[in-house]
Amino acid sequence: MGTIQRFPHSAKAASTNPLKMSQPLGAALAFLGVDRCMPLFHGSQGCTAFGLVLLVRHFREAIPLQTTAMDQVSTILGGYDNLEQAVRTIHERNAPALIGVATTGVTETKGEDMAGQYSLFRQRNPALSGLKLVFANTPDFSGGFEDGFSAAVTGIVEEVVQPADFTVKGQINVLAGCHLSPGDVEELRDIIEGFGLSPIFLPDLSLSMSGRQPDDFTATSLGGVTVERIAAMGASEATLVIGEHMRVAAAALELKTDVRSLFFDRLTGLEASDRLVRTLSELSGRPVPAKLRRQRETLVDAMLDGHFFFSRKRIAVALEPDLLYAVTGFLSDMGAEVIAAVSPTQTAVLEKLKAATVMVGDHSDVETLARDADLIVSNSHGRQGAARIGVPLHRMGLPMFDRLGAGLKVHVGYRGTRELLFEIGNLFLSREMDHDAHGHGHGGHGHGDGHEHGQHCGSGSCGCSAG
Amino acid sequence: MLQEKLQDVFNEPGCATNQTKSEKERKKGCSKALKPGAAAGGCAYDGAMIALQPIADAAHLVHGPIACLGNSWDNRGTKSSGSQLYRTGFTTDMSELDIIHGGEKKLYKAIKEIVQQYDPPAVFVYQTCVPAMIGDDIEAVCKFAAKKLGKPVIPVMAPGFVGSKNLGNKLAGETLLDHVIGTVEPEVTTPTDICIVGEYNLAGELWLVKPLLDEIGIRILSCISGDGRYNEVAQAHRARLTMVVCSQALVNVGRKMQERWGIPYFEGSFYGVSDMSDTLRTMARLLVERGADKAIIDRTEGVIAREESRVWRRLEPYKPRFDGKRVLLFTGGVKSWSMVTALEGAGLTIVGTSTKKSTKEDKERIKKMKGEEFHQWDDLKPRDIYKMLRDSEADIMMSGGRSQFIALKAKVPWLDLNQERHTPYAGYDGIVNLCEEIDKTLSNPIWRQVRLAAPWESKPDAKPVEA
Repeated sequence: MGTIQRFPHSAKAASTNPLKMSQPLGAALAFLGVDRCMPLFHGSQGCTAFGLVLLVRHFREAIPLQTTAMDQVSTILGGYDNLEQAVRTIHERNAPALIGVATTGVTETKGEDMAGQYSLFRQRNPALSGLKLVFANTPDFSGGFEDGFSAAVTGIVEEVVQPADFTVKGQINVLAGCHLSPGDVEELRDIIEGFGLSPIFLPDLSLSMSGRQPDDFTATSLGGVTVERIAAMGASEATLVIGEHMRVAAAALELKTDVRSLFFDRLTGLEASDRLVRTLSELSGRPVPAKLRRQRETLVDAMLDGHFFFSRKRIAVALEPDLLYAVTGFLSDMGAEVIAAVSPTQTAVLEKLKAATVMVGDHSDVETLARDADLIVSNSHGRQGAARIGVPLHRMGLPMFDRLGAGLKVHVGYRGTRELLFEIGNLFLSREMDHDAHGHGHGGHGHGDGHEHGQHCGSGSCGCSAG
Repeated sequence: MLQEKLQDVFNEPGCATNQTKSEKERKKGCSKALKPGAAAGGCAYDGAMIALQPIADAAHLVHGPIACLGNSWDNRGTKSSGSQLYRTGFTTDMSELDIIHGGEKKLYKAIKEIVQQYDPPAVFVYQTCVPAMIGDDIEAVCKFAAKKLGKPVIPVMAPGFVGSKNLGNKLAGETLLDHVIGTVEPEVTTPTDICIVGEYNLAGELWLVKPLLDEIGIRILSCISGDGRYNEVAQAHRARLTMVVCSQALVNVGRKMQERWGIPYFEGSFYGVSDMSDTLRTMARLLVERGADKAIIDRTEGVIAREESRVWRRLEPYKPRFDGKRVLLFTGGVKSWSMVTALEGAGLTIVGTSTKKSTKEDKERIKKMKGEEFHQWDDLKPRDIYKMLRDSEADIMMSGGRSQFIALKAKVPWLDLNQERHTPYAGYDGIVNLCEEIDKTLSNPIWRQVRLAAPWESKPDAKPVEA
């Protein structure tokens, strides 16, 4: 990934209130979208504990995640023994279909040779040949969440997908980037199946992370795309690639299977949804279902009703790159002005962003850039800064630990775009309707921490307590 | 250096567990070997952060790649009555280049930026695995920065891979002893000044205890580290008495303060009615032994008598509601037996508890209280807990957040006892809070509904629906 020089990069030595999350965490999320999987971090146990807590707080679900528990000695002498022991232990205890290994800063600084360790493991453990083992190089010290997710999906494609000399009619692959919530994946499945197509999502978080009720206790992921279905991706008619960061995995899939890729940079917005629907109609040879036609109509109506509140609104957005692209794109589509787009990492998609300032930075940069903004769109970590400058925060992305149903938010397709339009539009609307009496500069609305910072609300009518 | 420190904290004469060990066992240290693939819990850096981050007006800077802070910041419920600086996450966010060239210069720059921008009374700098591996000498950087910037800059040498969270707590204590305690003289001292060690003011718990101490006339000179201020912690050596709260973690601080400054310490707990009373009594008695006015003993007895009768009166309404309700209690160490009496006093039946973090003494004490029949589990697998709950062997589980889904997925009430919770349980009022929380969840009408069979699983009920 090339370095993009033309954007101001924060010159600070101390990243303050980080927006960035590490690569292994992204890899873990990708692995969690595979059925009966156990993600395994090759590093010290703290690496796993932090990632686990973050995902638990976001999804409000049990998160299977294990560690090779590297200590000082194994870090120096080499981690193969720990890795082998961990894989064997997990296999004995939980019998997963797939173990997804993500390296960390500890093992990458040491320079553990993962390809070599993979071969060695296979040689020494012929009895475990049925166990799928995916290794992803995900050093904490480069890239971020999205890159880790991408590395894991690429790893799964390379290890599990089988080339096929036949095609299953109507079978479609979907490489679903990490900017899609489990709710988004569910929505996409609905849309695609509406055309009589049969999608295979990789990964499929809608089946594993959207609130399962198991019949029995499972230590591995429950639900998600099965290893068998992933293997069958080679027989699909086409692959829908959702998000810039899925391109590497798409290339790997195409190389291996010759299934053609259709790329979608975003699925939020009217035109973006139109493109998807047109493509699906062409692929299936079927007309667009009545349900989608109605949904398009209501989205158009929502845009007409809602545009008053979006026009020239000044909005700062800080999210993972592909989600940042989708959201800033949608906001521009609605006539809002994206005054700042802050990304945790440098990636190619930043080149395409439409915003007054595009920068690689953290939540403290957002705090500086958004001082006169009407809205900040970011994850829950943005709430402290938003409260300090008195700008409302609309929560998107991960982590979102102070909202229920974080994993089930939908912002793709006609319906998802409409939902997002209403959520953000209502924030503007309620301010215009309710805040006249308070005058300007009333802060803390719509986010939990406003009151802790000494801001007071004259009457109960503004709904601040609902934050 | 770090190795010597580790040997030192492992050989803790103040620790009951350590005292029962043979010389050889003692040399091995007290961190249990972690099993790769079957380990859980945080690392030493995590533990150090837990112990020190509540010092609210200090800046806490993490030297390492993004995983260490980016995945973990803003996730603890420790409260401050003033400065909120501790809630700001600072990290050097080490990149590949920093690892190649060394991160010392960047670290210094980061410290300088923080001092210039936020002007905190001190900066704590946390060492992590990666800079420890590449040999960044953060002690030297801190020393240099302190001299150059004229502020205490304190290196916290607890990289994750040296061991567990508990070890990290201890190393944080050592850091305070080496660099902080004894560096500031208080303006005024009183004969009833105390230092509380190991209380983190989670959900504002300290504030349920402090008013009682104020009433008795006992002054908290410094609290390590709940609602802490750097200068108060630095004055701890002028306390007349130390109370060590979570005995296993920070007993080294209590003992060494006794060694260096002749301050006696005792271990106490704020959880549970009788423990709370014992703690107040011991505190008053030891202060009087050291020359405080005898009158505080009478005042203490007065407060105890009033609070106890008040708390039992307030718990009375719960008794019939709790009659026959069985509790599974999974929590670390001292809290277990502290809470057992309180919960039973309110009419609950404790059917079992985990003793993973408890000392032999603790276990004996529980056995004496509850008899041989009572279940004490050292290491119960999640699957077994799930089965017990599914088989209705308990009506509610109380534990830390990480195991909540074992209970919730078994459709059994659950209550958070650990650091993520939002309700304070310490002191007399805390026990009433706890019972109220238990009652709220036990009597919630969802439990019957969520256990209903789905329409497709059973025949519709023949009886008409009640109006």
